[in-house]
Amino acid sequence: MNKLEAQNVNVYYGANKVINDISISIKPNSVTAFIGPSGCGKSTFLRLFNRMNDYIDIFKMEGKVEIDGKNIYDKNIRVEELRKQIGMVFQKPNPFPKSIYENIVYGLRIQGIKDKNILDETVEKSLKQAALWEEVKDKLKNSALALSGGQQQRLCIARTLAVEPTVILMDEPASALDPISSAKVEELIYELKNNYTIVIVTHNMQQAARVSDTTAFFYMGELIEHDATKLIFTNPKNERTQNYVTGRFG
Amino acid sequence: MPRTKERLIEVGLAAAALVTILTTVGIIWVLFSQTFEFFSNVSIISFLTDTQWTPLFADKHFGILPLVAGTFLTTLIAILVALPIGLTIAIYLNEYAPKSFRKIVKPLLEILAAVPTVVYGFFALAVITPFLQNLIPGMAGFNALSAGIVMGIMIIPLITSMSEDALFAVPMSLREASYGMGSTRLQTAFKVMVPAASSGIIVSVILGISRAVGETMIVAIAAGQQPRLTLNPLVPIETITTYIVQVSTGDVAHGSLEYRTIFAAGMALFVFTFILNNISYWVKKKFQEKYE
Amino acid sequence: MNSAVKNRIKDNAFKYFGIACTSFGLLMLAIFIGNILIEGVARIDWDFITNFPSRNPEKAGILPALVGTLWIMGLTAIIAIPLGVSAGVYLEEYGKKSRLANILEINISNLAGVPSIIYGLLGLEIFGRILGMGGSLLAGASTLSLLILPIIIVSTREALKAVPKSIKEASFAMGASKWQTIWYQLLPASFGGVITGIILALSRAIGETAPLIVIGALAYVPFVPASPTDEFSVLPIQIFNWISRPQKGFAINAASAIIILLLVTFVLNGVAMYLRNRWQKKVKW
Repeated sequence: MNKLEAQNVNVYYGANKVINDISISIKPNSVTAFIGPSGCGKSTFLRLFNRMNDYIDIFKMEGKVEIDGKNIYDKNIRVEELRKQIGMVFQKPNPFPKSIYENIVYGLRIQGIKDKNILDETVEKSLKQAALWEEVKDKLKNSALALSGGQQQRLCIARTLAVEPTVILMDEPASALDPISSAKVEELIYELKNNYTIVIVTHNMQQAARVSDTTAFFYMGELIEHDATKLIFTNPKNERTQNYVTGRFG
Repeated sequence: MPRTKERLIEVGLAAAALVTILTTVGIIWVLFSQTFEFFSNVSIISFLTDTQWTPLFADKHFGILPLVAGTFLTTLIAILVALPIGLTIAIYLNEYAPKSFRKIVKPLLEILAAVPTVVYGFFALAVITPFLQNLIPGMAGFNALSAGIVMGIMIIPLITSMSEDALFAVPMSLREASYGMGSTRLQTAFKVMVPAASSGIIVSVILGISRAVGETMIVAIAAGQQPRLTLNPLVPIETITTYIVQVSTGDVAHGSLEYRTIFAAGMALFVFTFILNNISYWVKKKFQEKYE
Repeated sequence: MNSAVKNRIKDNAFKYFGIACTSFGLLMLAIFIGNILIEGVARIDWDFITNFPSRNPEKAGILPALVGTLWIMGLTAIIAIPLGVSAGVYLEEYGKKSRLANILEINISNLAGVPSIIYGLLGLEIFGRILGMGGSLLAGASTLSLLILPIIIVSTREALKAVPKSIKEASFAMGASKWQTIWYQLLPASFGGVITGIILALSRAIGETAPLIVIGALAYVPFVPASPTDEFSVLPIQIFNWISRPQKGFAINAASAIIILLLVTFVLNGVAMYLRNRWQKKVKW
């Protein structure tokens, strides 16, 4: 069964149609990259899966978006529950202005978990998963804002892992980072895919090629092509995909 | 977290916001109901046209004009002091003064704005009046002039800081264009900056007027308690606000006609400030559109 | 003399006029504080603070008024802070696009411009008479709470607005509800701005005279108020009362009481300015 599924999705911002009849299926424990020029709708489409577009006043959508076969835009779905299942990492690292420790346990605290042992364990486990533990284990009480950009982003990933989601959405997670930090984040994505379904929006074609199993190319609100990454980059079916991946526009 | 709890919190927060609506409704209701009672005893015509205000005397007259004249006179003096000085300081700080000077002056002006008005009243009565009496022989101990001047000093920070913000918001390119044409700072200030920031400056002046009209303690202390239909700034007068204080400090039975006069006076005051505030709100809205 | 030279002269003349005007403002502030200090500082001693008002200016003190001011400040804080912060949160985070929010916004900006003495008339009728509080501390604090509510609401909104959107997004993406996001993230992050607004509002409240006179606060109080239902006086009213007396001794007392009132006001404003600067520095994430 597919982990994520979208069927005939249209999205409007006011009178503007920004997503035009997109359908896509995403398999569990895989990395899917969304690529395409700026303004092609890939970020908007990504944010459909955890309903982050709901906060835009003029947002309207049609069609079906499913996780594990359940429509997430159903009236009975609680957005908060959904988002515990589907984590998100943003373009710019956005740690809370609190300590490293408090950043990680935030997701548990809002679920009402107070047991200190559980919280401590989760902090260690998540930071280890995000390959940050060794760097910060002695300063968990320090402000997260004192970390470097790359560390902050890995902290944000750890924070997401702490609530044990099954899907992680990443919106250009490495674009604001230096090359070394960026490589670390990529490595991390590669390791995480064994346990999670990851969807990553990226501008960086090499990155898409390196980390993803399948790649979807978006252009002007439409999904032009979705296929195995290798095929997209070596032998795309569509001419526009070809032009984009070879750098002829973008 | 359960949905009902979220919902309850939202309702609670909304209720807090509704207190502000209740406040407005309360003000209007209190003023209207008492003023209505007042007008069942006093005709509106005589309220608006009688030239005497003597509700506390045996020979009662209920003409609001003397109080309005007193309010107008002190407000006029205050604006005549505050507008040129306040605006000049704003222009000076924006166009001429070094940044470090600006950094010192602005907080000092804020201090001036934070002083309780009763203190300004003391200043008017104990410092400005004796000083002016030396210059103008025959000036009364209570008068509109010193109250108005001190009220003007009180309003300077308001006009300065709001005008300064308006001048600051004028795009740098406009100023550079003017300098590029070889204009002096003075020409740039008055031919380019002030016109471009005019709506913000107008708003500051209107709010300044509104502040002066509603100001109570300075006039209650320094301008006297003699309702008088005059524009002579050297004699004691009485403003609308002073009258309300005068009645409140005395012994007037609730429900009596004298008691209701303060609500009628308050109504007149409320109407004036309401109109002024709405004009400024309207100008401000228009101003915002212009820069968006 | 050609026009360029004339313009230069005019330009310089205006510069000196500007310096003169600015100096005038600062000079007034200096004379003002100097005069009050000269008149009043000698009179301030422990007796002045702990004595009751008296017909004899040398024996008169400010104890009941000072305690009244502290009571008013405390009660006003208890009433106005939860109301104002809640209303500010509602307007900024919940009711943004609704018609109601639009009305609320216009209404609040209007209320901010209503003269304080009108609030006195409101308090006199509603709190004093209809709710039966009379001229009590509670009636006074309720009246002043309504008066400063717009200040707290506006500054709460400004502070919330300054929190980066990314914090809110991160919290929502973690599965936090709206209220959890506000409570755990937005309010702590905007705390500095909110607290600054609260302090400025309270400093405004303790300087107010007219509305309290109107609701019936007393000029002469021979006792220290001990509960919210007691009648009271406050420092500004005590000052007003002393200014209104003809004897020179009371004018000195007024100056002394003003020093104390200004001290409280300036300390509050200083703390607010300090917190604001610190918060503005911190807020750049």
